[in-house]
Amino acid sequence: MTWLVPLPVVMPLLGAALTLMMPRRPRAQRAVTLTVLSAALAVAVALLALTVQHGPLVMEVGAWTAPVGIVLVADKLAALMLVVSAAVTLCVLIYSIGQGMADGNEETPLTVYHPTYLVLAAGVTNAFLSGDLFNLYVGFEILLVASYVLLTLGSTGTRVRAGTTYVVVSLLSSVIFLSAIGLVYGATGTLNLAHLAERVQDLPPGLSLALEGMLLLAFGIKAAVFPLSAWLPDSYPTAPAPVTAVFAGLLTKVGVYAIIRTKTLLFPDSPVGDMLMFLALLTMVVGILGAVAQSDIKRLLSFTLISHIGYMLFGVGLASVAGLTGAIFYVVHHIVIQTTLFLVAGLIERRGGTTSLDRLGGLSRVSPLLAVLFFVPALNLAGIPPFSGFLGKLGLLQAGVEVGSPMAWTLVAGGVVTSLLTLYAIARVWNLAFWRMPHPEMPSVPDVSPAAERARLLGLSDPSPSGAMLPRLMIVPTLVLVALGAGLTLVAGPLFDVSDQAARDLLQRTPYLEAVFPREAP
Amino acid sequence: MSPNLWYVLLIGVLFAAGVALLLERSLTRVVMGVVLLGNGANLLILTTGRAGGAPIVGTTPQDQMSDPLPHAMILTAIVITFGMTAFLLAMAYRSWYLTGHDEVQDDVEDRRIMRQAEQDRDRSEVGEDDTPDSEVAAAGAAAVIPTPRDPREHS
Repeated sequence: MTWLVPLPVVMPLLGAALTLMMPRRPRAQRAVTLTVLSAALAVAVALLALTVQHGPLVMEVGAWTAPVGIVLVADKLAALMLVVSAAVTLCVLIYSIGQGMADGNEETPLTVYHPTYLVLAAGVTNAFLSGDLFNLYVGFEILLVASYVLLTLGSTGTRVRAGTTYVVVSLLSSVIFLSAIGLVYGATGTLNLAHLAERVQDLPPGLSLALEGMLLLAFGIKAAVFPLSAWLPDSYPTAPAPVTAVFAGLLTKVGVYAIIRTKTLLFPDSPVGDMLMFLALLTMVVGILGAVAQSDIKRLLSFTLISHIGYMLFGVGLASVAGLTGAIFYVVHHIVIQTTLFLVAGLIERRGGTTSLDRLGGLSRVSPLLAVLFFVPALNLAGIPPFSGFLGKLGLLQAGVEVGSPMAWTLVAGGVVTSLLTLYAIARVWNLAFWRMPHPEMPSVPDVSPAAERARLLGLSDPSPSGAMLPRLMIVPTLVLVALGAGLTLVAGPLFDVSDQAARDLLQRTPYLEAVFPREAP
Repeated sequence: MSPNLWYVLLIGVLFAAGVALLLERSLTRVVMGVVLLGNGANLLILTTGRAGGAPIVGTTPQDQMSDPLPHAMILTAIVITFGMTAFLLAMAYRSWYLTGHDEVQDDVEDRRIMRQAEQDRDRSEVGEDDTPDSEVAAAGAAAVIPTPRDPREHS
């Protein structure tokens, strides 16, 4: 069944080519994109089922065997990430189609949106499946290039300004990654991850630490780990709501995924665990303090996004089975929840005309449905039982207590404080935007001024007519994601099992290595 | 295999110049910085492979072949850097079109802090020193941040 492995990468790329060829037919574009992403979801689910039953699947691209050719490897971690990312991209796509149709951009379609979105999906899946360091770099570049385009859609002044920061920072991290690849190749003579896993052990400790440091630096920028995270809250909130949602859900997690791979497969014995935990603590606390200080929902959510990356890093830093299990579970939970919250922020912007907490108010009376859509994932993020956020945090805290070092205990305390502050930040949004008396400035009729009209013509790019009814195609995918996030509680047992198996495989390393080099035991 | 010293020096110079340009405000210079950094990284990859004859079976004995893998990687990296340069140039042009210059502006948070500092200074100059600090901070935080104007409003 190895032929399934490259499909999640190849199908979106072919779909992108196909949608590029029909720029004047938005309906066909939508149909192709929907079909491709649904198929990718189906393939991802099949891959997860297969890897859980039979272990990692390896596809040798062009039938060149492992150290020479490029391999795509779907192990449990990669397959799990694929399923979640495919589900999230599909829901966000439906949301953005709903938004586009409601804004009437049938006449002036942003022809580049669908192809770019598919390329982004292909880049993300390629990064997850890659069994080769250079291919991982290519995956990163694919998704980054697509994200540059999506972030600057419509190229308004604000977006160009925010996009500049984002592009330059991402380029810098790409150059660091590329240099690290060059150095790794110079030191070991290979870039295949499984091959590297053996050869890195023979390197002098100082050299291997330097290589790991460079890789972690590059991935840390992508994952928005604290001292390297300033670009995120500046750039994400300016993009159209669905774009921000999919970025927030997936792009930083690709960085986290790369950190997990580097740490477990390439440098299992490295001494950076404590440093990672220290960074995790700073990321959690500084991120959430930033969130508390914000007065705009999208910016606030961007800061909680950074803050909660700290939890995942905490689990990776512990480097125990329980820690990694918690981290993987938390990644799954956080992808779903953070995407949902950004989609809801898009709905709030649509209904209330703004996402500024200074000007919103009384939304729970105006739109009870919106209140429910916000309330459930918000509590989930803050970690209120019985939601998956609570289970994920509990798993991580237990793992920390189990390790029991002073650093781990500090992190446990930091995790609890961050959770409480998240609740505070979320409660502030709730009180100001939903419970307060409606603001007199809040428009109750659709805005038909020329400026709003032009914004509407830009389609996905600008805040759409405020006060309008929420289109059903935007509500339904949000509702599905909210349900999915809440439903994670119901499947928490099996999900924890899969995460646990994935974590064990990662720490043992042999399943991965034997899958890539089947004959001779490496 | 030890790399040529001149290569190493050149890589160092390229990286240093690239980083210096990257720290500039003007987007055009940033583009040039990215190009230099990209070339530095490519050269770095090149030095990691063995030098030798063309890696084609039949033309060169196998032990004198150069290592083809870095070449393949550099080709890929060149294509990516090329695309990025084009995108950055387009963005610099767009920025110039919208604002009349291509300088990277401060982010929202920086502008907010500067505004707050300005307000604090104004207040202390006027002599309202009896205002509690917390109140000043609250006033600063509540200040509306001006978003950059879109010149198309006037076109």
